[in-house]
Formats: sequence, structure tokens, C-alpha cells
Amino acid sequence: MATSRRMLTLWRVAVFIAALAPLVYWGWQVAINAAGPEPGRYLLLNIGQGILWMLLLTLSLTPLTKLTRWKGFTLIRRQLGLWTLAYAVAHLLCYALFILGLDLSRLGSEIVRRPYIIVGMLALVGLIVMGVTSNKWSMRKLGKRWKTVHKVVYLVLGLGLLHFLWVVRADLEQWSLYAAAGALLMVLRIPPVARQLPKIRQLGKRHQGARA
Amino acid sequence: NAKWGAVVPADRDLDKNTPFEDATHYNNFYEFGTGKSDPSKRAGSLETQPWSVVIDGEVGNGGRFALEDIVKPSQLQERIYRLRCVEAWSMVIPWLGIPLSEVIKRAEPTSKAKYVKFETLVRPEQMPGQDSSFALIDWPYTEGLRMDEAMHPLAILGLGMYGRELPNQNGAPFRLIVPWKYGFKSIKSIVRISLVEQQPVNSWQAIAPDEYGFYANVNPNVDHPRWSQATERRLPNSLFNPNIIDTRMFNGYADEVGSLYAGMDLRKQF
Repeated sequence: MATSRRMLTLWRVAVFIAALAPLVYWGWQVAINAAGPEPGRYLLLNIGQGILWMLLLTLSLTPLTKLTRWKGFTLIRRQLGLWTLAYAVAHLLCYALFILGLDLSRLGSEIVRRPYIIVGMLALVGLIVMGVTSNKWSMRKLGKRWKTVHKVVYLVLGLGLLHFLWVVRADLEQWSLYAAAGALLMVLRIPPVARQLPKIRQLGKRHQGARA
Repeated sequence: NAKWGAVVPADRDLDKNTPFEDATHYNNFYEFGTGKSDPSKRAGSLETQPWSVVIDGEVGNGGRFALEDIVKPSQLQERIYRLRCVEAWSMVIPWLGIPLSEVIKRAEPTSKAKYVKFETLVRPEQMPGQDSSFALIDWPYTEGLRMDEAMHPLAILGLGMYGRELPNQNGAPFRLIVPWKYGFKSIKSIVRISLVEQQPVNSWQAIAPDEYGFYANVNPNVDHPRWSQATERRLPNSLFNPNIIDTRMFNGYADEVGSLYAGMDLRKQF
């Protein structure tokens, strides 16, 4: 699929705006007092789910590229990865500011004492490692190892889902949907499955060709 | 003909009544969904009239009673209580209710009655949370009190709040209020009260016994495994004033109820 340079730039800007939009919307809800009596928790939970959305979208780009060969998907991969990191940092800030009231001594003790927070922090560390090595300089410097380093993303997905599972209290429906989406994206990376993806594209092409 | 001011908070500045809007739009009532705003959005369709309650078990005067007949012999009282959720947020709510002890006495408990078990309505067609196949709660939602806890004058059966009838999302038409325990003990929309010999297993204890015990007394010294219980966020709060205050032993009712737990290891019996 050939897309002009200008269209690709527009596409990147559109993705940027779309990724920013939920944060603006939640902030707006808080500003107009529509976020309930505990706005900090509202932001914390919504941004938490936002992290999973960003992560799942990032992980869907490789299978989508294989399926469509459109370079637009590859082009936004770093951006969405960095959005995942940004959401995760915002999530931690919400927790520190609004739940702990910026009591740093408590932040320290909570981080070591609560398994679900340890898991969440480990996921954040993984995201930070990928974030700081996402520039061209690091890619050159790391060479082949860059890919290995960025396989951390699979670990981050697992840790993120575990962190969320431990927060779920009485109904697994929402968690199951995220976990199923994550599992599907993992399955699409199993080599025999991944090899089928370009073939699906060719099948589609042949079908179109036959109709034409 | 309510009896006013029977229990008023000692600290009038800190314990200001939570705005009605917040107390009725920020609820945990999993029968209507797990989100805090689900109950206010979905509970409207619950039919609360007519309402009857089964009183059974170790009683001399059991049976199925119309709610009016359970309430009529007692006088409604206003009680302004702190409500401390196990999730570490809290509110202050003016309830209208009748002493639980009066209802239990009229049931004529036998000598075998050691505990009181409560059950919430099961009606999946009006309670969408009960329809979820991913729900971990084994309906009906069940709670329990030891007999002496149930007979304590602070324990009431609520019928109203803020001088009006209970909104559905707050447990209409008939709920328990036990102010020295975490909010989940204060079971909503009760249809059955059983006096029993054995300690009942409450719903949250059944799901996660390491996180939620039978007693669930508010206790700043015993953490929930996932968060500290030493402090609470008094609602409503705002982004830059999280309104974090110290949690008090038995939610500040230690003078009244502390003796119920004398000699017990509250770390083990949490």
C-alpha cells in the first residue's frame, strides 16, 4: 500500500491527538466536577486502563503490518510505545499524589510491601528501559541486542495483566477481555501463526484480482 | 416521628455530612455492577414494593413478614455515622433506621442462636451484576454478625438517609448499618435474617479469606494485604486535597464497642 509522505505525517499527528484525547477528556471531567467525589481515583483507574489500551495497540502493530504491509503501522510504533510509558508514569503519579497524598515515606514502604505494586513498578521499569532506548542513537549503539532488549514488552504485558488481576475484586469480565486480547496478540507472534499473516494478505489480493 | 440526634459525631468539623449527591452516586453494590457509578445508573429498575423479609433459624417467632410489620413496632431514629469502606475511603451519612436488637428480640431467639446471618435479594433480571458470568460472588450476598454485635445499640437496620427513603443504590428498602465495621458488612436490600448456631461465611470472606475476615472491624493497625488501613480518604476530596485523615480504632466507636472484643487477637480475627 503506497501512501504519500504528507499523508503519513498527517497520520502520525492524528495518532498523537487520538492518544492524547483520553487524558484531555478525563481531565475535563475532573474540571467540570463530573468525575465523582474521588477525582484522583477516577484518574488513577482510567489512566490505568489507558496503559493497557496503549500497550495492546502497540503490540497489534506488528501483526497488522504483516497483514497489510502498510508502513503507517510501523511508523507509529515508537510513538505508541512512548504513549504507553507516558500513561504509566501518569498512573504512578496519580497514585503518589492522590492516593498517598505525596507521602514519600509511604510510597517507599508501599512499593516494597504490596505484591501488586511491586509487579506494577517492575512493568514500569520495563517500559522505562524501552523508552530510553527508543531513540536512533540507542538503536545504533545496541545493534542486534536492541531487539532483545525490546522483547521486554512481552514481560511488561504479563506483569501489567497480573497487576490488574490483583486489583480486580469481584468480577473478572473486564480483565478477561484485556487478557484475551493480550493472548491473541501473543498467539499471532508464534512463528507458524505469524507466517500465515502475509499469506492472508495475498489471499485477499488474489480474491480482489479474481473479482477484477 | 423520628427520634432526632440519637448519635451525632463528636467532631463536628471533621465529620461533616457527605453531600447527598456523593453518598448516592459513589456506591459499592456489586449486584448492579462493580463500578462506583454503576449502582446509581442501574438500580432504578429494582422494585422495592412490596418487600418481605424471612426471619428464620433459631427463633420462636419466625416466618415471612411484610417489611411494614417488621418496622412498625419500632421508632425511627436518626443516626449520623461515619462510614469507612475497606477500600480506605470514608463518608459521613445521616441514616434513618431502627435498632437491629429490637427486631431480633421480637423474633424470640432460642438459646442456640449465636450468630445472625443476613442475605440480599437475588433477582438477576433487575440486578444486572448477578447476571454476569464472570462474577466471583456466589449470590446471594451474605453477611453475618455475632449475637452480641447484633444486639449492640449502634447496630441499626436502615430505611432512610438524609431524611428521606433509601435510594435503591444505597440498599433500599432495608439494609444493615454497623458503623464500627468496614462498609461491606453493612449488607443492602435484605430479604432474609437467620439466627444460627454456627458462624456464617460472609461473601467477601468466601472470595478472599486472606483479605476479608468475618469481623471486618475497622482497625488502623491491621492492613489489608494490598493497602494500608492506617489512613482514609474522607470524601468528597479533590485532586490537590486528597483529604487523607487517620483511621480510628473501630472507626472511632471504640468506647462503645471495644468491650465486645476484649481478649481477642484482632490480627488473627480481622
